Amino acid sequence: MRTNKYVLWGMTKSTLIHVFLMSVAMTCLFPIFWMIRCAFMTNDTVFVDKALIPHHLNFGNFATAWTQGNFAVYFLNSVIYTVCVVGGIVLISSLAAYSFSRLKFPGKNIIFYLFVAAMMIPLPGSFVALFVLMTKLHLVNTRFGYILCMINVGLSMSILLFKTFFDKMPPELEDAARIDGCTKLGIWWNMAMPFARPAIAVIVIFNSLNVWNEYILATLLLEDSKLMPLQRGLVVFQGANSTDYPVLMAGLTMAAIPIIVVYLAMQKHIVKGLSSGEVLG
Amino acid sequence: MNKKFKAAAIFKDNLQNFLFVLPAFAIFCIFYIYPFYKMIHLSFYDWRGIGPMHFIGLSNYKELMGDSLWWDSIWHAGYITLIALTFQNALAFALALACDREIRMKRFYRVIFFIPPVLSEVVVGLIWNWILNPETQNGSYIGLLNHFLFTSGLPQMVHDWLGDPKTALTTIAIVHSWKGFGWGFIMFLAGLQTIDKQLYEAARVDGAGTWKTFMNVTIPMMLPVILVVMILTILGSMQVFVLIIAMVNEGLVNYTDVPVTRIFSAMQSTDRFGYACAEAVIFGLILVGISFITKRLSDKAKQV
Repeated sequence: MRTNKYVLWGMTKSTLIHVFLMSVAMTCLFPIFWMIRCAFMTNDTVFVDKALIPHHLNFGNFATAWTQGNFAVYFLNSVIYTVCVVGGIVLISSLAAYSFSRLKFPGKNIIFYLFVAAMMIPLPGSFVALFVLMTKLHLVNTRFGYILCMINVGLSMSILLFKTFFDKMPPELEDAARIDGCTKLGIWWNMAMPFARPAIAVIVIFNSLNVWNEYILATLLLEDSKLMPLQRGLVVFQGANSTDYPVLMAGLTMAAIPIIVVYLAMQKHIVKGLSSGEVLG
Repeated sequence: MNKKFKAAAIFKDNLQNFLFVLPAFAIFCIFYIYPFYKMIHLSFYDWRGIGPMHFIGLSNYKELMGDSLWWDSIWHAGYITLIALTFQNALAFALALACDREIRMKRFYRVIFFIPPVLSEVVVGLIWNWILNPETQNGSYIGLLNHFLFTSGLPQMVHDWLGDPKTALTTIAIVHSWKGFGWGFIMFLAGLQTIDKQLYEAARVDGAGTWKTFMNVTIPMMLPVILVVMILTILGSMQVFVLIIAMVNEGLVNYTDVPVTRIFSAMQSTDRFGYACAEAVIFGLILVGISFITKRLSDKAKQV
C-alpha cells in the first residue's frame, strides 16, 4: 500500500516536471515555427488564415526576398564578415596569447592586464568616439573598417581563452621542437595551435554567433546597402516594406536558419564553453 | 664584444616576442583605448561632428543631470533589468532544477532552451513585433496573440501591447527574458551538476525535507554561480537596445527609451557628439559601479 502511494507520487511528480519543461520548450519553438509558417503565405492570406499549416503554401517569398529584397547581397556580406572576422580573431589572438603564455618581453604583464581589464569594463557608449575615429581614418562605409572593429570586439575574450590552453601545454613538447630547429612561429603553428583545438572550436562558434548577429556597429559604420550584413538589411527592409510580412518572414528565416543549424551541429562545444565559465564576460 | 653581442641577441629575442602581440595590441589601442580616451575628451566639448569644437567644461554633465528624458531611460533599462533578474532568472533556475535529475529527453530540453539566445535581437524583435501586431482586418485580428486571446474567449484581454505606454516596457522586458533565460539555464544546470550528490544524501539522512535541503544545500552551493549569472544579467539587460529598435522602431520613443537609444539619438538625430559622449561616460560609470558592488557582494558571500 505504502509503496503504491510512493510510486504514484513519483509518477505524478515526473509528469508535472515534464509538463513544465515541455510548455517552456513549446514557448521557445512556437514563435520560430510561426515565422517559418508565415514565410510560406501570401499577402492576402497572412492576415486572415490562422491555421497552423496554411491551406496554400507559397514558395515565392524566398525568391522575392533574395532578389528584390536585396537579401542575396546581405547574406553574402554576412558570410564575408563572419569568415574574415573569425579568421582574424583566431590568428591574431592565438599569436598574442602564445607570446603572453610562453615568451618573454618587457611590459608583457602590463599589456596582458590591459586586455583583461578591457573585458571587465563595459563600454556601451564608446561607439560615438569610435565613429569619430573611423570617419577620420576614412574607414566608414568600408568592409575593412567594419571587419577591424569586429575583430577588436572578440579579441580580449579569445586571448584569455587561448592563454589558459597554452598555459597547460607541456613544456617538453616545445623543448623537443626547439631542438629540432623549429622557429617560434613554427612552434606556435605546429604545436600550440593543434594543442588548443578545443579552444579554437569555442572561439569560432561564439564569435561567429556574435558577428552574424551584430547590429549596432553595422548601423553606425555601413551606410551603403551593398555593404550591409543581414541584420542591418532586415531592419532596412522592414522600414521600407513594413506591411509585406510574408517576405519579411522569409528574410528573417534566412537570417535565423543558418545560425540555428550551426548551433545544433556545434551544440556540445557551446555547452562546454559556457559550463567551463571560460567565456564569461 | 661578447657582451654587446649577447645584449643584441636578447633585444632581438624580445622584439620577436613582442611582434607576436603587436597585431592584437595595435588593434586594441586603435579601436579600444583611443575611443575610450576620445569619449572622455569629447564629453567636455560642444561639437556637431564637423566644424569647430568648443571647450565647455562640465556643461554637458550639468545639462545631463537635469535631463529628465535621460534619467527616464535609465529607469526603463533598470525596470527591464529588474524583470530579467527576477522573472527570467527564477525561470532559468526552476528549469535547471527540473533538469538536474535522471529524466527523459534532458538533452532535448537543453538544446531547445538555448535556441532563443542564439537568434539575433533583430530576428527576435521582428518576430514578436509581428505576433504582437495590434491591427485588425475585416474584423479579425492580424497579430497572433490578439487573435488567440479573442478566439479563446478573452476579448477583454485584447490589447495594443507595444503601442500602449503602460504595457510597452513590460512587453519588451518579457520578450527580453524569453530571449535570455537560456543562458542562465545552461549555467545554473552546469553549477547544479557539480554539487556532490553525497551532500543531498547526508541532508536526507539528517531528516531534512525537500525545502530544507534546497535552502541549506542547493542555494549555498550555488551562490557563486548565481552571482555570476546576476552580474551578466544586469550588464546585458542594462545595455538592451537592438531588441527595442526592432520591436517598437520609433513608435513610443519616450516610453521605451533606454540609455543606448538616447546616446544614439543624441549623436545621429541631433548631432550633439559631446553630449552623447557625456551620456556614454555616465552610463559606463553606472555599469562599472553596479558590477563592482555585485563583485564585492559575491566576495563577501564566498567568505561566509
